[in-house]
Amino acid sequence: MSCKEIQGLMDPYIDRELDLVRSIELERHMHDCPACARLHEDRAALRTAIGAGSLRYRAPDTLKKSVQAALVERDRQERAPGRWRWFRLPGPVIAATAAAALLIAIWWVRPVEGALQREVVEGHIRSLMANHLTDVPSTDQHTVKPWFAGKLDFSPTVKDLTAEGFTLVGGRLDYLDNHAVAAIVYQRRQHVINVFVWPTSEGDRGARAAVRQGYNVVWFVRSGMAYWLASDLNPAELRQLAGLLIR
Amino acid sequence: MPHFDAAYNLARWLTRSAEDADDMVQESYLRAFTFFDGFRGGDARWWLFSIVRNTCYTWLRKNGAQELMEFDEAQHSPASNALNPEDLQLRRADRETLREALEKLPAEFREVLVLREIEDLAYKEIAEVTGLPLGTVMSRLSRARRRLQELLAVPAGQES
Repeated sequence: MSCKEIQGLMDPYIDRELDLVRSIELERHMHDCPACARLHEDRAALRTAIGAGSLRYRAPDTLKKSVQAALVERDRQERAPGRWRWFRLPGPVIAATAAAALLIAIWWVRPVEGALQREVVEGHIRSLMANHLTDVPSTDQHTVKPWFAGKLDFSPTVKDLTAEGFTLVGGRLDYLDNHAVAAIVYQRRQHVINVFVWPTSEGDRGARAAVRQGYNVVWFVRSGMAYWLASDLNPAELRQLAGLLIR
Repeated sequence: MPHFDAAYNLARWLTRSAEDADDMVQESYLRAFTFFDGFRGGDARWWLFSIVRNTCYTWLRKNGAQELMEFDEAQHSPASNALNPEDLQLRRADRETLREALEKLPAEFREVLVLREIEDLAYKEIAEVTGLPLGTVMSRLSRARRRLQELLAVPAGQES
């Protein structure tokens, strides 16, 4: 490869987006070409500088609050009669849509689950907003699990999943579905995950997923325990955590 | 609210103003929640980024069209005049110097750099957010870094 070609590949190389074969070719070239090696050095130094510069801006709390208020306000207005746009649709369309929606609702989400989804997401948001993520902050499963003893009439499973990329952050007591529940908090990259656990009389059920207020929710029943996971983490990885919990 | 800091960070860098970033984020979140049906699954972060980006670009076009420039490939062809590391202030570049240099870049350059370096998005993800072809993402990022490097290479005191 010529120097010009090498220089064209330098950024994908630094970003680890270059395939192995060309990466090796590039490394070989740099070994013999001081000019290209220097370019690499410069680019790497730039990345290091940016990485160390902490250039991230944090959103002001006042903005967070005002956006939340605006969303609530808009929600309220949309629910007001007369603002319902579908009201102007022809009757049969409304009827058909309503029937379809009802069928889907019955089929997918039993009303109880719908309400629970909301409670779980609210619990998750509360834990992030109130700055009260954990009662027992610990990455050690043997600290978190015993902490629940005496506070709950069941003992939730607490797993160390650091190796799988889910860091245990701690545990917390929460209140959902009319009883006290264990909230076990994990973190993946910058995403916080609340795992709510409580005993149920239901039989085992596979994982289901839903999106609510922009948050992903995954839930399942295993060995008499209901598990509800809530996070802004993507659904695939949230399901992965669900799999790991019952492994 | 999901991804609030990340959305703000992008808006802040694109508008270069705390006040305007506030407006952009507020507008973006209202749009995001209105058009939530438009969300086809996948990573909500990218989707939100693309809304913030589009909102900011609409604003940029209205408030400073000179910001957005069409790139002349011939003019900005990747030259081979690599910079001399001795000239570079990179290793000494502090946060403020970096911030100023990055702010001097056109919005298209700032955008790819923020998504890549601060938000750690892969090329494919940047392409998804910006709606640009993968090749364009790659070349834009490359030119953005070169420009940033040139800006940082100007020795202190010589800056106008």
